[in-house]
Formats: sequence, C-alpha cells, structure tokens
Amino acid sequence: MRRSLGALPLLVFVGLAFGIPAIAMVAGAFTPGLDNLALTLQGGYLLALLNSVKLSAVVAVLGAVLGTFLAQAVVTSRSTALREAVLTASGVLANFGGVPLAFFWVATLGNAGVVSGLLGLPSGSLFSFWGLALVYLYFAVPLMVLVIAPALDGLRPQWREAAANNGATTRHYWRHVGLPVLTPGLLGGVVLLFGSAFAAYATASAMGAGTVLPLVTLKIAAALSGDVQTGFENVGLALSLDMVLVAALVMAVYLPLQKRSTRWLQ
Amino acid sequence: MTTLAPVAPAPETVPSGQARTGGSRLWRRFVLALAGLYFLVPLGASFWFTIYNEATGVSFAPYAELWTAEGFLSSLLLSLGLAVATIVLVLLLTLPAMITVRLAAPRLRPVMEVVCTLPLVVPPITFVAGISRSLQVGGEVLAPTPFWATLIAIQDQDFPLVLVFVYVILVLPFVYRSLDAGLRTMDVRTLVEAARNLGASWPYVMFRVIVPNLRSALASASFLTLALVLGEYTVASILGYQPFAVWIVTISGSKGQLSVAVSVLSLLLTWLLLLTISGGTRGRRSA
Repeated sequence: MRRSLGALPLLVFVGLAFGIPAIAMVAGAFTPGLDNLALTLQGGYLLALLNSVKLSAVVAVLGAVLGTFLAQAVVTSRSTALREAVLTASGVLANFGGVPLAFFWVATLGNAGVVSGLLGLPSGSLFSFWGLALVYLYFAVPLMVLVIAPALDGLRPQWREAAANNGATTRHYWRHVGLPVLTPGLLGGVVLLFGSAFAAYATASAMGAGTVLPLVTLKIAAALSGDVQTGFENVGLALSLDMVLVAALVMAVYLPLQKRSTRWLQ
Repeated sequence: MTTLAPVAPAPETVPSGQARTGGSRLWRRFVLALAGLYFLVPLGASFWFTIYNEATGVSFAPYAELWTAEGFLSSLLLSLGLAVATIVLVLLLTLPAMITVRLAAPRLRPVMEVVCTLPLVVPPITFVAGISRSLQVGGEVLAPTPFWATLIAIQDQDFPLVLVFVYVILVLPFVYRSLDAGLRTMDVRTLVEAARNLGASWPYVMFRVIVPNLRSALASASFLTLALVLGEYTVASILGYQPFAVWIVTISGSKGQLSVAVSVLSLLLTWLLLLTISGGTRGRRSA
C-alpha cells in the first residue's frame, strides 16, 4: 500500500472532481424516478437528440472520407514541405477553439459574411443543418487527417508492388489489401469524429444555432441556465445522462479499434 | 506528431506505373485544390471582414482597438492564469502517479489507464451539468459546516479554482498519453535506481533526473493544456465566468469586427503554440 502512495493524490482528485459530479448527474437524472428520462425521449428533447446524432453522423462519415483523401494526397506526395504544412495546419485546426471557429464562418458565410455577399446567398444559409455540417467539418477533416495519416504511412509500398506483380489493378489492391488494413483506423476515425461532433457545444452556441437546429448540447445548456423554465434542471441532467450513454457506446467501439489499428504502425 | 517520419518516394517499378502516376497526380491536385479552397477561404474572408467595412474602407482599427477594449486584458489574463494553474496541478498529480505505477505498482496500471481515459467519454457539457448540480447541492449540505467557506472560495469570480479542477479532468487523457509516450522512451527504473544508489533524494531524482528526460513530453502536455484552456468556452460560460473565449462571445453582439479579429489572433496564437511543440520535439529527436 505504501508503495503506491504516489498514485494516491491523482486517484483521490479524480474521485472527488469527477466522481461527485458523475454521481450528482446520475442521481439528478433519476429524480423523481424515471419521469425526466422519459421526458427526454419525447417531443422537442428527442428531436434535439436525433438532430445531434444525425449531424454528428453526417460530419463523421463525410469528415472521415474527405480527411482520408486529403491525408492520402499528402502522404503520397513527394513534397515534404507540403506534408509538414498540412499536418501542422491540421494540428492547429483540430485543437482550435470552437468559438473562433464559429466566428470565422459567420464572417465568411453568415448573413453579413464576405463570401455570402459575393455569392448572393440567401440570408440564413449558414444557420441550417448543412451549414452547421460545413462548419463542423472544418475541425473534423483535420482531425481525421491526424488520425489516419500514420495508418496511411503504414501501407508499405512493397505491398502494392507485390499486388501489382501478381497482376492486381489499383482497384484490386485497394479492395483486397489497402482497405482491409485501413479499416480499423478508418472506423476508429469515424467514431472519434462522431464523438467530437456530438460533444461540440461552443461552435453551435456561438453561432446561435439553437433556434434553427436544436441540438442536445444546446438543450442541456438551456435547461441548466433555467432559460426555458425553472425546475427543468433535472431534465438537463437526464439529457446529460442520455449523451454520456451515447458517448460511452461510441468510446467502447473506439478504444479497441485504436489498439487494433496501432498494430500496423510497427 | 512525433511519430511522423519522412516518406520514402513512391516506387516507380510497377510496369503500369507511368499511366497510374499521371492519373493519381491529377487526382491529388484536385483533392489539394479543394482542401485549399475549403480551408483558406474562411481564413481570408475573416481577415478581410476585420479590416474592411463600407463606412471606413480598409482599416486595421479593430486590431488596435482590441488592446483597449473593455474586458480584453482581464479575460485574457484570467485565461492565462487558469491555464498555468491547470498545467501545474495536472502535472503535479499525474507525474508522481505515473512514475509510481512504473516503479512500484505495475498492477495499478490498468486502473490508471481507465481513470485517465474516462474523461474522454464525458462531453464537457454533461460534466458541467454534474458540476453545477454538485455545487448547488454542496452549498445546501455544507452550509452549517466550515467547508462551506471552502466551497465559496473555489467559486471566487476573480480566480475560480473550480474551473481549474474541471480543466484538469478534461485534459487528463491528453496529458496522460503525452507523458506515457515520454516515459516509454526512457528506462525509468534504471535511472531512478542509479540516482538513488548514488545518494540522490527523491525530489532530486524527480527534478534533476526524470524531468529533464521528459522535457519534450512535458512541453507538449503543457502546450496542449494551454491551447485547450485558452479556447475553452462550454464550462466557463455555463458556470458564469468570463475568461477569454466567453468574452469573445460577449462582445460579438456589439462589435462583430472585433470578435472576428480576436478569432484571427487566437488562431495565430494556437499556431505558434503548436509550432513550439513540434519544434521542441524535433529538437529533442535530433539531439
């Protein structure tokens, strides 16, 4: 026991700072009984939950596909400068705050935006499902590039040569060699993108997306601040529990995949 | 980012290589052009947005106005202070724990891994929901006890320690991974035993043996934390504090140009931070 004393402060801290809020959330969600949880699966709350899931799914799949193409274009390029530039930029954009991201897009495609003026876009185009998806992809694609680039690096040129020597076309190579090797990484990327889009709050909130596209994170914030009606804080906690369950499911898929995909990077 | 190695040039030994290269070059150009358009247009447009308006034409006034804008300095200083406190606390908690696990208690390793991965499962907004409920219930329960003063003290408007605690939890997975990768590159046990045999005290071992070897891992953990705390909006806004990101949103209503100008600057800041990280790791690798 004495030997593990060094780990004690961390465990105690996490127990307090993480454990207590977690218990408070679960306890609040179940007070009184199942009423609040049942409420979150109806009407406007259910709609928000479904909107969040739909938006995150679209962002995850599109982001994964586009990010993989971009990463492949960069990884197979002979220019080290291009590679460095894209990977650094991806690191910046994937770690970038949600608030400035929202303002960039509002300044670009918002109602008084520079580009929307040039294109003559109708007012409110950005504040829609696909508008928000476009904004979310701005951090999702770079995140995918960071996740998948090592896996693409792991595709040995020798495998391609071996396949070609055996008469395989490019299509055969990808169908039977490339994609199977990449699958865990790709799925892991999709799941990670889904999780980060699902949890995103700052961007949607700063854009004021709540009225056009209610999302579960916005609903929780509204319930917590008592914007809607007082006494709805427990609904916020119940919605939080719904979210954690979805996120836990997502992570339960992601973590084993991440372990598997690292096998190819040796 | 430390795992990146220079790519070997693509082999051209394939018989059909010439035709394929031609096709793939076109394909690559298309992808890169599209990505360039998508990622650069908002940056350019935002910059233009900040320096041009119909009344005054082109002017860099928003960037000058920034420094005197009400709340800019105080919110930035608050964010920086929170970031420093978070970095210190998270390193003080994780580093001894991870070294202990390596040296003395390998059986705790799975526990550590779970504890440090768990925060990834919890979206910040749900975490802050739990926090605000805990503070509220805690305030009622602890009211008759001396702990009540503690609870009030951590919610101080000038320096809300409660945010530091939340941020430590939120960055834990990233810090853990970064330090874990750093510790993998050194033989902790041998180094510590050698130092101890030579009569070094534990603090000496920690600060003169372990920390110097972990410099790049510590730097990248710190900079990631700094980037995260500077950009953090969700928790702070819901708990009602006004660090940097919350301040940007607050002024966006009345001063659109200014809020975009701050966004441009914060992008540059994030960029600089990450360049420092990758510069640090690269320097270490070549050393």
